[in-house]
Amino acid sequence: MSVWSGYLSLILQGAVVTVELTLMGSALALVVAFIAGLARLSRFFAVRALATAYIEFFRGTSIFVQLFWVYFVLPFAGVTLTPLQAGVLALGLNVGAYGAEVVRGAVKAIGREQTEACIALNLSRIQRMRYIILPQALPLMLPTFCNNAIELLKGTAVVSLISLTDMTFQAQVVRAQTGSTLIPFATILVLYFLMALAISAVMRWLEHRMTRGLDGVRA
Amino acid sequence: MEWDWDFVWQIMPTLLEGFRITILATVLGAIVAGVLGLAIALARRSKITALSRGVGFFSEFIRGTPLLVQLYFIFYVLPDIGIRLAPLVAGVIGIGLHYATYTAEVYRAGIENLPRGQWEAAKAANLTERQTWIHVILPQAIPPMIPALANYFIAMFKETPLLSAITVLELMNQAKSIANSNYRYIEPMTLVGVFFLVISLISVIGLRWLEERYARMDD
Repeated sequence: MSVWSGYLSLILQGAVVTVELTLMGSALALVVAFIAGLARLSRFFAVRALATAYIEFFRGTSIFVQLFWVYFVLPFAGVTLTPLQAGVLALGLNVGAYGAEVVRGAVKAIGREQTEACIALNLSRIQRMRYIILPQALPLMLPTFCNNAIELLKGTAVVSLISLTDMTFQAQVVRAQTGSTLIPFATILVLYFLMALAISAVMRWLEHRMTRGLDGVRA
Repeated sequence: MEWDWDFVWQIMPTLLEGFRITILATVLGAIVAGVLGLAIALARRSKITALSRGVGFFSEFIRGTPLLVQLYFIFYVLPDIGIRLAPLVAGVIGIGLHYATYTAEVYRAGIENLPRGQWEAAKAANLTERQTWIHVILPQAIPPMIPALANYFIAMFKETPLLSAITVLELMNQAKSIANSNYRYIEPMTLVGVFFLVISLISVIGLRWLEERYARMDD
């Protein structure tokens, strides 16, 4: 049993890395999603085109390919990243591209009359976004953001392939050292599932908080 | 390091060979996902609570855990209980099963979207359960689902590089082996990205067409 507790702590160390990656990746993804999503709604063609190119590029290839590209090709361009930095960058940019479409969709889903009312009240564009549109659009985004966060969590497993010691990597180490396959892989599957459940629980709580006071405003 | 076109032409045949396997894995995986997804959707509607709950939990679990770990599980754990699968077979089962849990949701939504009247009319016309499904429900439910299913088909195509982790010699694995034996990462990795991007962009156009053709049949 003492042997297994050593291996379990190895997997738990990996779990910490997975959680870190998920949190940092989500933070980057959130920022990128808002920048790119709002840029796609911009008045200026160049900004819109740039955002569209970014979104299509990152949605058109998989996280795995992007990660390898960031980790193996960027060094030749003089940008050397640690596996953790490469992982966060690739995950954040990838999921951010999906998130950008969510932001755009939610903002566009807010009725025209809201915009017209803002113009009538002489609010500036920034005020309109900050005080009227976004507070109403945010609750619409949350359920999809929840799915995106879980996708990001699942994406973190891929970073084990660029030798980052996350949970999947550690499970492989345990497999190599003990020859047992069922126990390490079953353990991390359960841990991943619990993390996914935790993400949806947090998101449900957030959604509950954000929609408080909006009752009756939205149908 | 400079981009070298000679090297590109030199490695192209190997990459195309890998690309063939990528396409093969995607198509086979799509068939598995399509059939299994329908089975899951029907099982979740079953009147036997144990079956619908069990399948429901199982598909939640699959969707909450990373595909990479599931592939490892199928490839490394199943041989312990005597099931030894070729890498490609394991990969197709893994990716097909993973996406089946997503397509199951599409099927479920499509079936639930049919008006109750259709079921009642089938009952009034004295059709058996089997006849109701085959002649009334599925022919109406499936066409509106096609764009959503195609979306997952594209997503699945983008995930196939993960199969390289269980030694399937698809595009990504060929690129990695070229890169490792020649110490040149720029061309193979970039080409993999370009391959996926080109196919994805073409598929997006195809998807738009499918959406126009099928999505809004009724209005």
